[in-house]
Amino acid sequence: MIRMKEKLQVFIENAGWPRIIIGLFLVSLFIAAPFVGVRLDASLSDTLVRVGMNGILVLAMVPMVQSGCGLNFGLPLGIIAGLLGAVTSIQIGVTGTLGFIAALVMAVPLAVVFGWMYGQLLNRVKGDEMMIATYVGFSSVALMCMAWLLLPFTSPTMIWGYGGSGLRTTISVEGFWLNALSKHLHIKIGEFFYLPIGMYIFFALMVFLVWGFFRTKTGTAVTAVGSNPEFARASGIDVDKMRTISVILSTVLGAIGILVYEQSFGFIQLYMGPFYMAFPAVAAILLGGASVNKASMVNVLVGTFLFQGILTMTPSVINSVMQTDMSEVIRIIVSNGMILYALTRKVMVKR
Amino acid sequence: MWDKNKNSDKIKNILANNAVPMIFIALSVLAIPVSGYSANYLIQEMLTRLARNSFLVLSLLIPILAGMGLNFGMVLGAMAGQVGLIFVTDWAVTGVHGMLLAALIGTPIAVVLGYICGEVLNRAKGREMVTSYILGFFINGVYQLIVLYTMGRIIPITNPRLVLSRGYGIRNAINLTGVRHVLDNLIPFKVSGIDIPVATFLVIGLFCLIIIWFKKTKIGQDMRALGQDMKVAEEAGIPVERTRIIAILISTILACFGQIIFLQNIGTMNTYNSHEQAGMFAIAAILIGGASVSRASITNVFVGVILFHLMFVVSPMAGKVLIGQAQLGEYFRVFVSYGIIALALVLHAWRRMRAKAEARRSLRGEE
Amino acid sequence: MSDVIPLLRMENIGKEYFGNRVLSDVSFTLMPGEILGLVGENGAGKSTLMNILFGMSVIEETGGHEGKIFIEGKEESFKDPFDALKAGIGMVHQEFSLIPGFSATENILLNRESMKYNPLVEVFGDRFKTLDRVDMKKRAVKAIDTIGVTLAPDTLISEMPVGHKQFIEIAREIDRKNTKLLVLDEPTAVLAESEAKVLIEALKKLACQGIAIIFISHRLQEIIDLCDKLMVLRDGRVIQEINTKNTDVRQIASWMVGREVSSEAEKSEGKDREFGEVILETQNLWVDMPGETVRDVSIKVRRGEIFGLGGLAGQGKVGISNGLMGLYVSGGKFLLRGKEVKLNDPNRSLTEGMAFVSEDRRGVGLLLEEGIDWNIAFTAMQVQEKFILNLLGGLVKWRDDKAITKCTEDYIKALEIRCTGPKQRAVELSGGNQQKVCLAKAFTVAPEILFVSEPTRGIDVGAKKLVLDTLRKVNEETGTTIIMTSSELEELRSICDRIAIINEGKVSGILPAKSPAEEFGLLMLGHIVEKTANELNAERCG
Repeated sequence: MIRMKEKLQVFIENAGWPRIIIGLFLVSLFIAAPFVGVRLDASLSDTLVRVGMNGILVLAMVPMVQSGCGLNFGLPLGIIAGLLGAVTSIQIGVTGTLGFIAALVMAVPLAVVFGWMYGQLLNRVKGDEMMIATYVGFSSVALMCMAWLLLPFTSPTMIWGYGGSGLRTTISVEGFWLNALSKHLHIKIGEFFYLPIGMYIFFALMVFLVWGFFRTKTGTAVTAVGSNPEFARASGIDVDKMRTISVILSTVLGAIGILVYEQSFGFIQLYMGPFYMAFPAVAAILLGGASVNKASMVNVLVGTFLFQGILTMTPSVINSVMQTDMSEVIRIIVSNGMILYALTRKVMVKR
Repeated sequence: MWDKNKNSDKIKNILANNAVPMIFIALSVLAIPVSGYSANYLIQEMLTRLARNSFLVLSLLIPILAGMGLNFGMVLGAMAGQVGLIFVTDWAVTGVHGMLLAALIGTPIAVVLGYICGEVLNRAKGREMVTSYILGFFINGVYQLIVLYTMGRIIPITNPRLVLSRGYGIRNAINLTGVRHVLDNLIPFKVSGIDIPVATFLVIGLFCLIIIWFKKTKIGQDMRALGQDMKVAEEAGIPVERTRIIAILISTILACFGQIIFLQNIGTMNTYNSHEQAGMFAIAAILIGGASVSRASITNVFVGVILFHLMFVVSPMAGKVLIGQAQLGEYFRVFVSYGIIALALVLHAWRRMRAKAEARRSLRGEE
Repeated sequence: MSDVIPLLRMENIGKEYFGNRVLSDVSFTLMPGEILGLVGENGAGKSTLMNILFGMSVIEETGGHEGKIFIEGKEESFKDPFDALKAGIGMVHQEFSLIPGFSATENILLNRESMKYNPLVEVFGDRFKTLDRVDMKKRAVKAIDTIGVTLAPDTLISEMPVGHKQFIEIAREIDRKNTKLLVLDEPTAVLAESEAKVLIEALKKLACQGIAIIFISHRLQEIIDLCDKLMVLRDGRVIQEINTKNTDVRQIASWMVGREVSSEAEKSEGKDREFGEVILETQNLWVDMPGETVRDVSIKVRRGEIFGLGGLAGQGKVGISNGLMGLYVSGGKFLLRGKEVKLNDPNRSLTEGMAFVSEDRRGVGLLLEEGIDWNIAFTAMQVQEKFILNLLGGLVKWRDDKAITKCTEDYIKALEIRCTGPKQRAVELSGGNQQKVCLAKAFTVAPEILFVSEPTRGIDVGAKKLVLDTLRKVNEETGTTIIMTSSELEELRSICDRIAIINEGKVSGILPAKSPAEEFGLLMLGHIVEKTANELNAERCG
């Protein structure tokens, strides 16, 4: 009995109260759902689809966290690369899975270039990465707002009807590559339960690649740089290079992540769309048990599921109980509370 | 020879420290003629905006003095001020009394929030800025929870014009007719068609004097000390954590007053957005004025407010004239507000790393 | 003597850290206006003694101390340094505790500023009093005058030469009205000779005004010039307490380092050892390592040799291996096997067949948050591509976890690393076992030249012996050249063939390990520069 108590204490200590509270909250939402007339299968399916949509964006946190660059608040940079790929693909007019691939082909090299520049910057501001990343993300979004207005795209589905120039804020990908991944091998059970297996396979592939990367020589070096840069340097590692690699990887994943998101969501959101996109991803990985300098694939999966679970379940369940839509507020409190918790934990004060 | 070197170094330093305001002056000089605005119009705009924003920006000074960087947590104070304004509008207290009452209601809330912020930041030494930034978001969630779901239900709000049609929660935009311009017009004064909000400037001026005085007090000296070197200050027996909390507390309370002054000038309150913009614009302004993360003066505040808002007013029109799209100028100013903060943070981190390297070099040079 | 109450009396002071005795039975008295010199090697117990006097929290946290402290005849036990300050005991630390952007006046009066009343104090409290700058300047000038130096009270600290900073630190203690005892921890270490002279004159003046001083220094001539009496500590015991008039530098040096030659040292003397050609050579090497600056070092080490680098802390011995491994900016010439090698490139140093066990175990030596296996295998994996599986025709360099585990298990067995398994995180190991992991990391690279820096610092006796035995064994079996840096002379003498003593960033002499301890002691204190053992003998006998 005493041992049980000790074990429980260790578990709580490791997981941290916020995670346990949120976990229990989610469980209670699932339990309560049938009683207030919310269909469990529909909610679960919803949650799972969202996991597939957002998973890669959360995955994009891992490389930078592992290399000691902190939480990637600069995710919008990768997202911008993805958006450029998306609009270019539509401009060319390729449809279906091929269109999606065209977007990827365009987006990834751009993300590599952005990531490289971003990495160079972060190497010069060691210790202050997170705040700077946030504002680099913000200002690049604002800069792109001007670019969206000026870039010479002509596809009529994308430009403002009346002005004749400048891209719309929201562009539908329907007729181009809507569900380019999701439509493959999708499963439908009953009326409400739907699983886009194609998207999961792609997500799993990405997870596998990142997992594999961290099992290679370079990946090991990146982890060591994050764990103790001095040790890595003494072992002959070029610390700045490893950090740059991780930043490029994070940025590329961000670009791929937004494309996967869009093909499922159905719309490309330009202008201020990517502005706050980093925050849910950051919150999700922290919720999954990552810290500011350690993250794993399990953290990604668990975190995305918990976070998206809360996002889908709170509106449906709470709305039925209280006749109010509180989901937005709960999202703000949960995600920022989680980040705040991670920032103020004692482990954070490193030397 | 030595002196000469020193002089040229000095000039270089002055240039380096004031690079940002100079760039903005140059930008404005180019953009003003393009925009085609009249001098009268611009002067009036600048005076209004100076009166409107200066107090908010001034609230950033004390935490910078105490080495806690840019207080992104000032939005907490702004929220407190807004809660005060919601209540006075509901109770229909108007005029200067309304403003004072709003401040009176806002202050205890600001004290509580400021204290929380101080405690949290003491747990995150060395990463105050990102933490206060996220804390701002977090408290914003709590603010929305209270204002959107409890006001009108648990917290009584009687005025139906404030409450959403569903019966509870505050509307997105509130008309602050009761307090609109009450401070600005308290002492009416007009020079060649330009309104000058004398009373507001008096309040701001008085407050500047208080800051100058504050720097001369023991606690101001303590803040300067721990702003430069927390460890040494602690060894000398200065209560570091307490002093830091006080710095944030003062900043939060001032931001609360600042937001009330800001909103009485605007006249309408964006219940769920006003405070967020307050933080960003204030920080961008002080940085454009030439302040850095670790060094800021009253001059920086006023220069910053003028330059920032000059760009704010001029750029949409300049964008329209040059490219034919006002939208572009609008995005440009958003870009500048964020870009300038990013730039200031990068410069700060850069300078710090360089200073470290220099300190090491000087160690070697002493052979 | 006995009719005057001594200002400070410490009686039978002793201290143990986790069963490790660092001080035993230290007693002494200090009269008002008396200057006591405290000398001893690093780790002799000087700082522990001062920590006890000041009531530093480390002492209480590690189980308190033995013995009693009397201030002016009254027993005292300070809870923290502020307590000690209140009782009139001030300390001037080795590192400056000054605020760079403040003026001299502001620093001298830090947190003790003169203040003026204003009505707002009634509302907000005392901290809202305004500063009285005029009075502050007066007090600062007075404190500076007391020391007897010329210093502008308005100069910013950041614009001052180092020497002046030291004076500011002292002036700060002087300004306290009740300062009776001043402890100075190596105050002259950062000063030029002329500055040090001014400081010593200033301290003499203070003593004349009745302030007692405890002066810790490695510069023995200063001790003799300044102090009334001195106390030599060695291994936590008082070896000698004597009037400075009755002794000289040579005698003090021998008290400091002289101890019985250990049996291990004798063992290695038995064999005649043979070495190969010169494998490593430095010419005018300098290394910019903070706190351990190397200025001009030229050494030659032969293949198969165990070469020791000794000297007092902060003199630069530690910087040499760090510089050669590329961890700190360095310059000069560095030759391996007769060929010049590029400096400042850690990867190059490793691929040239050198390995390094750092003195900074937790900072540089280990990945604390990772398992033992990663710690041991990482360097070999990155530098030599050991433990790598080439997949897809070498396109993917996959980490071979199985081989890593195997290798780790072997080392765990061979070096008796106490742990739960290869996956246990390094941070959870004891100091001795961490050190073994560091050694294993170096051995995995199979180096031609092995640098070991402070390999036994902070580890228990059993682990110490194992570490030294392992080094000796590796040297004998594989012919690895070992360059070992250590603050413990006896340890160096027990294992090395030759020992270079580094002082003020330069080689002050290279002696065979068998030379008498006293000669090493003199070299350490920098009194004889670049003299061979023979010359030394000649000088002494001549």
